[in-house]
Amino acid sequence: MSTKGKVKGIISNLVTVEVDGPVAQNEIAYIELGSQKLMAEVLKVIGDKVFVQVFESTRGLKVGNNVEFVGHMLEVTLGPGLLSRNYDGLQNDLDKLTGVFLQRGEYNYPLDTEKRWDFKPIAKAGDKVEAGFWLGEVDENHQPHKIMVPFKLEGTFTVKSIVPEGEHKILDVIAVLLDTEGEEIEVSMVQKWPVKKAITVHTEKPRPFKLLETGVRTIDTANPIVEGGTGFIPGPFGTGKTVLQHAISKQAEADIVIIAACGERANEVVEIFVEFPELEDPHTGRKLMERTIIIANTSNMPVASREASVYTAMTISEYYRAMGLRVLMMADSTSRWAQALREMSNRMEELPGQDAFPMDLSAIIATFYSRAGYVYLKNGQTGSITFIGTVSPAGGNLKEPVTEGTKKAARCFYALEQARADRKRYPAVNPIDSYSKYIEYPEFEEYISKRISPDWTSKVNDMKTILQRGKEVQEQINILGDDGVPVDYHITFWKSEVIDFVILQQDAFDKVDSVTPIERQEYMLNLVMDICRTDFEFNNFVDVMDYFKRIINVCKQMNYSAFHSEDFEKYIGELTVILEERRI
Amino acid sequence: MATKAFQKIYTKIIQINKATCSLNATGVGNDELATVNGKLAQVVKIMGDEVTLQVFEGTEGIPTNAEVIFLGKAPSLKVSDQLAGRFFNSFGDPIDGGPEVEGEEREIGGPSVNPVRREQPSELIATGIAGIDLNNTLVSGQKIPFFADPDQPYNQVMANVALRAKTDKIILGGMGLTNDDYLYFKNVFNNAGVLDRIVSFVNTTENPPVERLLIPEMALTAAEYFAVDKNEKVLVLLTDMTSYADALAIVSNRMDQIPSKDSMPGSLYSDLAKIYEKAVQFPAGGSITIIAVTTLSGGDITHAIPDNTGYITEGQLFLRRDSDVGKVIVDPFRSLSRLKQLVIGIKTREDHPQVMNAAVRLFADAANAKTKLENGFDLTDYDERTLAFAKDYSTKLLAIDVNIDTTKMLDVTWGLLHEHFKPAEVNIKQELVDKYWK
Repeated sequence: MSTKGKVKGIISNLVTVEVDGPVAQNEIAYIELGSQKLMAEVLKVIGDKVFVQVFESTRGLKVGNNVEFVGHMLEVTLGPGLLSRNYDGLQNDLDKLTGVFLQRGEYNYPLDTEKRWDFKPIAKAGDKVEAGFWLGEVDENHQPHKIMVPFKLEGTFTVKSIVPEGEHKILDVIAVLLDTEGEEIEVSMVQKWPVKKAITVHTEKPRPFKLLETGVRTIDTANPIVEGGTGFIPGPFGTGKTVLQHAISKQAEADIVIIAACGERANEVVEIFVEFPELEDPHTGRKLMERTIIIANTSNMPVASREASVYTAMTISEYYRAMGLRVLMMADSTSRWAQALREMSNRMEELPGQDAFPMDLSAIIATFYSRAGYVYLKNGQTGSITFIGTVSPAGGNLKEPVTEGTKKAARCFYALEQARADRKRYPAVNPIDSYSKYIEYPEFEEYISKRISPDWTSKVNDMKTILQRGKEVQEQINILGDDGVPVDYHITFWKSEVIDFVILQQDAFDKVDSVTPIERQEYMLNLVMDICRTDFEFNNFVDVMDYFKRIINVCKQMNYSAFHSEDFEKYIGELTVILEERRI
Repeated sequence: MATKAFQKIYTKIIQINKATCSLNATGVGNDELATVNGKLAQVVKIMGDEVTLQVFEGTEGIPTNAEVIFLGKAPSLKVSDQLAGRFFNSFGDPIDGGPEVEGEEREIGGPSVNPVRREQPSELIATGIAGIDLNNTLVSGQKIPFFADPDQPYNQVMANVALRAKTDKIILGGMGLTNDDYLYFKNVFNNAGVLDRIVSFVNTTENPPVERLLIPEMALTAAEYFAVDKNEKVLVLLTDMTSYADALAIVSNRMDQIPSKDSMPGSLYSDLAKIYEKAVQFPAGGSITIIAVTTLSGGDITHAIPDNTGYITEGQLFLRRDSDVGKVIVDPFRSLSRLKQLVIGIKTREDHPQVMNAAVRLFADAANAKTKLENGFDLTDYDERTLAFAKDYSTKLLAIDVNIDTTKMLDVTWGLLHEHFKPAEVNIKQELVDKYWK
């Protein structure tokens, strides 16, 4: 019999319930309100008083209303048919909800139970299996969707029977397993998993090393992220966090993309709803929506489910990783999730940490980021979750708890800078402050020298040195004046400007320039580094500026032209002529 | 608020502080309204049989034996076409001497729009102001605030925008408006002969500050009526959201909540988002566009109020005085319209995006040149030209007194580029240069 209770107190969405039986921390409860039932989660227990956070508005709730506990934590439903769907933070299918407005207490089943899937068995009767083993597969939007032994099952099982190839609905029994006691366990294509627990059906989690191509030059060339890597993008508002995140999610070479729109603007999600069904995946040519799942919990949707939304997204990511797929998960923005934690912590009158955030914020962030990664599955296959979160630092100040907590956990740091954004140098990623720890991995170096060229890493480092030097020189010029420094200083500065304008800056709204495949990035880096290594002769600094502006202009025109097109080759010709003018 | 027969009256208040009072009562719903000696109040906390009420007017003069009556409903507004042309206070009661509005009673602060039911905004709102239309184009269904110091003429600019924009209804939500500004809006709308398209909810500085917490939701409930029920294009003006946030801080402080940055409540982001996210393009054609004002203190946008606002809204319009030309301009660096990508170069001429960026980049170069000049360095010929360009650009385009159409703005910009620069200096796609350089 499930535990029941009655409402005793209400402060905003924090409700105190007096219970008549056992409850678990983070257990889900439903509070009756007229004909509606409001979902809530246990946050704290003191004696028979239980504090729950309600995932909805509590308007009209009264003392004495009935509460029922369901006996498990917040769970997501995993099975074929997740792809292309738009869910809210609690995995309700937004498209199934009726009406223009979200009605309180309206929940639905996240999958289609009537659709028939063409099931192909992988395992056979007599096989010894464990949680996460592949029993069979169905084709979900051209991806092999593995039907696995439910993650909740512990120990070893024997496959007693498995259905032959044929069409099945997701709730049909497709296999029967026997445990060591000889008990039968029926398995369908659907399983449930509590979102706050990581799915760990892999044997090993090595350091990730494979480049995850994003088509964004300032990432791939300068500070690459890898399959199974973690990164974060902090930046004040208006510096292009969301544009950059959208670019990555459109272009990245991933099998599955999961976007958690966590407490951000609804119109940005609408942009994805509109664009993704139309745009093509540059790697497969299929529609982007086919590989995408959107978890939308926008800023005006209930605060408590904002926290749930990132966990829901991560759990679905882990599910697809267990199938041996490359998953890219994006969360925009993790600061909103932290703020949701702050609001609840405040209502529960916990002692606050810095900026009134809960004391364990940085631990919560670290645990969450650690769920990403590149893994070896039990059958020797690999799968990965690459996680990129954005952070919205209060006042643009990177010394605030969420940014600092995330910096400890994430391996790539893409610092968006107000000054660059003000000067319309997009993407506004500061090339000097940003970093990717993966460049230093010998595993990555080995991989990249095979994928691109053996001297790639050293070229990238040279490029960064020039950028650094350019910045120093610029500061000196600002102090001493144009005349106060040797002409060489101006040449150094302008070489760094060539890198900035041609490699780092990229027009996310231009058809050609927005996506740069890695081969083209290699070509452009070689071209720009050749310019940087060339010695030029000038008599005065004004000539330096005019000359390099011409170089930049031609190179920019190249970026806007299709690779090796007629125009592209024409601009190479022009560039060669310009370079000869001043070459020593 | 007339009492009904058999309504239970409580007369024993057990606790009173500056904003709230508590009493023992049963059967009370969260967020429910009540009257305390006739003053309107709302339930903010229930613990067992102890109910805490937030009294909007403040608790001055409330005795421990005050009569408390629960009204059994959350704050609401009667909606119908009769709203048009009327002025109301924070509670939705007329303040223009006219009759009560008849209509359907709707709770304010209603549910959010399902994101999958939203349409992507795509209709340009022309204002004639180049600092807006050229650099920060507005789109219907957008939410955007003016960031301005209190001495900037933001209310005038906002009134201009409202009158020039082609909308069916304009809803003014005035929070902590000075009486003079209230009369200014009233006169401007009256003189323009558009009073029948306007609905106003006004809380002036003469009214208690906590009352203004109801203004945005009152205004937006009216807006949703016209946008959803009548499929109209509605423009909501909220001035000034800083006063609103200050009122939130007062309440949170009096309820002993732990303040976060700048003494603001930890829920500031969610509180503001709930209001701004009401901006929407509905599938049936109606839309709600929100233009707000957030006053700054000394231009500081890192303060919690503008900072949280910036993360919620789709851009911001930053007003400042350009001392070189002596005019108030829409600052091209600090201003942004996130939705402009949906219309520029699509609803406007193809060269719009590139020309806009080129001009702003050159304006940035001028700012560098100015720094050089101030530091006593010699200027290059290029520096001189950027400075001359910047002056023209400020006067002819960025100033808020400009009123021309978008195509004209583009032509003026090309003219200025041609006058001061060579094609290679502007970094614009060659095919556009070939077509428009003149």
